[in-house]
Amino acid sequence: MSIAVAIDRVEKHFGSLRALAGVSLQIAEGEFFGLLGPNGAGKTTLISCLAGLVRPDAGTLSVLGHDVVGDYREARRRLGVVPQELVFDPFFSVRETLRIQSGYFGIRNNDDWIDEILANLDLTSKAEVNMRRLSGGMKRRVLVAQALVHKPPVIVLDEPTAGVDVELRQGLWQFVRRLNQDGHTVILTTHYLEEAEALCGRIAMLKQGHVVALDTTRNLLARVAGQTLQLRLAAAQTLPPALRERATESAATWTFHLDSLNEIEPLLAALREGHCVVDDLRLTQTDLEDVFLGVMKNSGSAAPAACR
Amino acid sequence: MSGFRTLLYKELLRFWKVSFQTVGAPVLTALLYLMIFSHVLESHVRVHSVPYAAFLIPGLVIMSALQNAFANSSSSLIQSKVTGSVVFVLLPPISYVEFFLAYVVAAMLRGVMVGSGVLLVTMWFAPLTFIAPMWIVLFVAIGGAIMGALGMIAGIWADKFDQLAGFQNFLIMPLTMLSGVFYSIHSLPEFWQLVSRFNPVFYMIDGFRFGFFGVSDVAPELSLAVVVGSFLVVSAATLALLRSGYKLRS
Repeated sequence: MSIAVAIDRVEKHFGSLRALAGVSLQIAEGEFFGLLGPNGAGKTTLISCLAGLVRPDAGTLSVLGHDVVGDYREARRRLGVVPQELVFDPFFSVRETLRIQSGYFGIRNNDDWIDEILANLDLTSKAEVNMRRLSGGMKRRVLVAQALVHKPPVIVLDEPTAGVDVELRQGLWQFVRRLNQDGHTVILTTHYLEEAEALCGRIAMLKQGHVVALDTTRNLLARVAGQTLQLRLAAAQTLPPALRERATESAATWTFHLDSLNEIEPLLAALREGHCVVDDLRLTQTDLEDVFLGVMKNSGSAAPAACR
Repeated sequence: MSGFRTLLYKELLRFWKVSFQTVGAPVLTALLYLMIFSHVLESHVRVHSVPYAAFLIPGLVIMSALQNAFANSSSSLIQSKVTGSVVFVLLPPISYVEFFLAYVVAAMLRGVMVGSGVLLVTMWFAPLTFIAPMWIVLFVAIGGAIMGALGMIAGIWADKFDQLAGFQNFLIMPLTMLSGVFYSIHSLPEFWQLVSRFNPVFYMIDGFRFGFFGVSDVAPELSLAVVVGSFLVVSAATLALLRSGYKLRS
């Protein structure tokens, strides 16, 4: 499979701040790729370098083989970016905004595609409404529509669901997932880790301008394998000593880390033998948040990860 | 060049949508200037043997055109920078030369539109002649382009609206007001005549007025040379700024 986005040893400084400290990534065509990291990790700077909004101090970036500096016209034609900020031009209606954006990419008479995007983003009834009169969620959808107006094969979404209600978020993800299934490469930055977990096939985690983790979502989840079992005993009850050694206690709740579900039955049997009366029992699956917190904690001074 | 065409169209649509404010208001202001000054001075002053009201009209026309050309590009850029919508023109494959041309041509056209509006409402107040129409068109077009490019520099440089207002009030306004709109520089003391000759706007107005009456403070060829030279200098500066990405692409 060919490479959609190649980022090679990209560095960017803002004064004394090192926003990107030699980031290298390769994203294959058709991937749904997640870019995660705390605030200030360099996610938006990296995306801005890719979009030509920020000029890197060193390194190269290309979109489908076109360098974003030397061959910027071809690179930008292949890239659709949904910016993080909720920006709009207050002079125009939704349709005018989309027609103008098409024209910037050299596409005229684009109304069929514009109508299709409007319908998919549930904006048809707002097509002739001025941008100022739209709600925040609607404006966000128009931003997505603007990024898609020139049918870019690579789509970058920079925290597109920040401050968006649940219904719109679901609708938006359904739409983006379909675009990905149709062959578009999607790069997503988000603070909602459950979103990245549900959508992204591969994830890079950034910290202080370094890539500190880069792997498939499945492998990342496997890093913190297993489940957590929490139980609370009836009043005045205590755990049998054999179990107590394996658990940690906090606020009258005992927590067991299980490597596999097979460990549950012996544990319950031990409870029965000890005549323990259980008030509450909860089993939770490790999620991306645990991985994220683990990686961020362990990466210390942000040593770079091996990149593919 | 389709990016240029669309950006030009967007810039024209932007001011046309608020034409009451961007065209109507400056026409009214110019009309008020004419009525007040010509009422006070008409019976006292003739300039280059032209009645004062007639002398004043071309000055008001090109002053309005220049100020509005500057206002168009500068306000468009600062607005889109402050609101963040400038990203919509930075993401597409538009070259910095196309970017420059679109903003400058739009500014020039707004200037011409406002100037035409001022001419249309004021020409009934005094006997005007149009001795050399080509000079009229040439000076308003190049003058508007210079101001459009200056507006781009100001709009890119300013981070806040008050910085832009400073640029407008302390540079553009004095340059246009003290350039012979209301008088011939021959009526000034020698020192101020000399100062006026360093003001490129003086040449825009003097050459423009020559197109109406066939008389001017300096030879129109000299004015044209100064105006074209100014255009080349300001354009080169604006293009260099855009090429560097100053305050637009960090």
